[in-house]
Amino acid sequence: MEKEIKGMERTSSGKIALKTKENSNNAIKYTLIALVVLTVWTFIQMDYGNIDLGNALYYSLKDFGAMMFQPNLDAGHFTWKTVLSETFVTICVALLCTIGSAIISFFLGLLAAENFSTPAVSNVVKALMSLIRAIPTILWVLIFTVAIGLGTEAAVVGISFHAIAYLTKAFSESFEEINPGTIEALKAAGASYWPIVFQCVIPETISKLLSWTFIRFEINFSNAVAVGAVAGAGGIGYQLFQAGSFYYNVHEVGVIVYTCLIVALILEIISIQLRNRFIIN
Amino acid sequence: MTSAAQSVQPKYDNSYLRKKNLTIIAAIAIIVLMGWFASNYSDYDSIYAISSIPFALSWLFTNFMPTADSLQELPEILYQTYSTILAAVASTTLASVLAIVVGVLGSNVVGVSSVVVRMALRVIASVFRNIPIVAWALILLLSFKQGEFTGFLALFLSTFGQLARLFLDTFDEISVGPVEALKTTGASYWHIVFQAAIPLAITQLMSWILYMVETNIRSATLVGMLTGSGIGFIFDLYYKNFRYDTAGLVVLVTIIAVIVIELVSNKVRRSML
Repeated sequence: MEKEIKGMERTSSGKIALKTKENSNNAIKYTLIALVVLTVWTFIQMDYGNIDLGNALYYSLKDFGAMMFQPNLDAGHFTWKTVLSETFVTICVALLCTIGSAIISFFLGLLAAENFSTPAVSNVVKALMSLIRAIPTILWVLIFTVAIGLGTEAAVVGISFHAIAYLTKAFSESFEEINPGTIEALKAAGASYWPIVFQCVIPETISKLLSWTFIRFEINFSNAVAVGAVAGAGGIGYQLFQAGSFYYNVHEVGVIVYTCLIVALILEIISIQLRNRFIIN
Repeated sequence: MTSAAQSVQPKYDNSYLRKKNLTIIAAIAIIVLMGWFASNYSDYDSIYAISSIPFALSWLFTNFMPTADSLQELPEILYQTYSTILAAVASTTLASVLAIVVGVLGSNVVGVSSVVVRMALRVIASVFRNIPIVAWALILLLSFKQGEFTGFLALFLSTFGQLARLFLDTFDEISVGPVEALKTTGASYWHIVFQAAIPLAITQLMSWILYMVETNIRSATLVGMLTGSGIGFIFDLYYKNFRYDTAGLVVLVTIIAVIVIELVSNKVRRSML
């Protein structure tokens, strides 16, 4: 009996299955061709509108320059106090979404993890989560806006739906990576479900769970800005929308963009550190 | 058996457990406090929000149910979905070309030798990524007006930032061996890039590109609401005219489109390995 090598597969007749690089290279090639063809087709049939593209490009570069290099609130539609306090509201909305969805996702993640659940329950939860994920966040928020009224509640609940679907997937994958030996040892000692969760699952995965939660916080912040702009609920996004499409003032847009940029950069730096430390081994 | 015998017995040291319990209580207290403060500051009523979810869902299932009437709009909805998917694919493909250039030149393994240039590329990628997509759309709307092309450009710019960051990470993680082997044989910089760096990274790059196509369909919905194109635009149109049944049909078509694209890209991703 020859030694089985890890990763080696056998055909049904018992021969060692050979894998050639050719198939995967072909897959890459065909995917690239498909992407390029679709892109060219998009440009052929796109409706460019009745505008002089060269002119539009020139003016939007100018606007971009004004936004990045001359940010100011001189027009007086907003004060610094409004900008900062509304940005803080957006951070609060993102925080509320994150706390709520992390708690709910912890339990859903346990139900979705194959080693803590039955295959049927796990599949149902996973299918439900991919269904929720398929609906864009902004549609969730708009749907909740008509159902429960415009306000922070609609924004938080709408963003949370997506966040729960995302975190449940990330959490259940972290749970599935737990060493089965530890769980078996606890079971052999007579531990029931919740002691296993509290004495093994939480201590083993807490750093990963917190890292994923923080990464989601970063995404929730940018979602909250977008939701504020389109649905008018929850923070600085609405001011951004007003500056851009009511007052047509790129300087004010610049100030708001820089505020969001600074918050996002701080969050990004922290989440890169967390990812490198706890998620990638 | 008096107190003397008892004092000999070693005392159980529970300071570790006590400390652990205190840490847990402190962590929970901090989270509750943060939540309470955030709710107050942003005018959020958590009890109202949670208690309204069952009502909202039942409302959703009665009002957003597509009716026979709304099916008349199906051709238009399908066409807009198709144009949204095309915009998502085209913006991702074009952005990935630019992002590969940034990824290669800014990489710590095969990048340009000047640290300043590498840092500058990273800063540019980060700025593009973190400017809200809404801001891109608003700035472009001023000169490009409402339309498909504006939506495409906004998607393109924000996708570029996201892919550039992902590609920078990918090119940082390729193995140094093949690159150094080529260097010792006297290969030029572009030889190294095309014969070592890109072949080593291509599977990972493709998988990010496919992931970005999926994400972009959702972002395209948001951008479309501002720039008046695609699924976002028609959803907004029906939604603002209180034609919720038709808006529900738009949601249904979006779900199907996103799930189909997810399944296709998962299959493609597997066959690349």
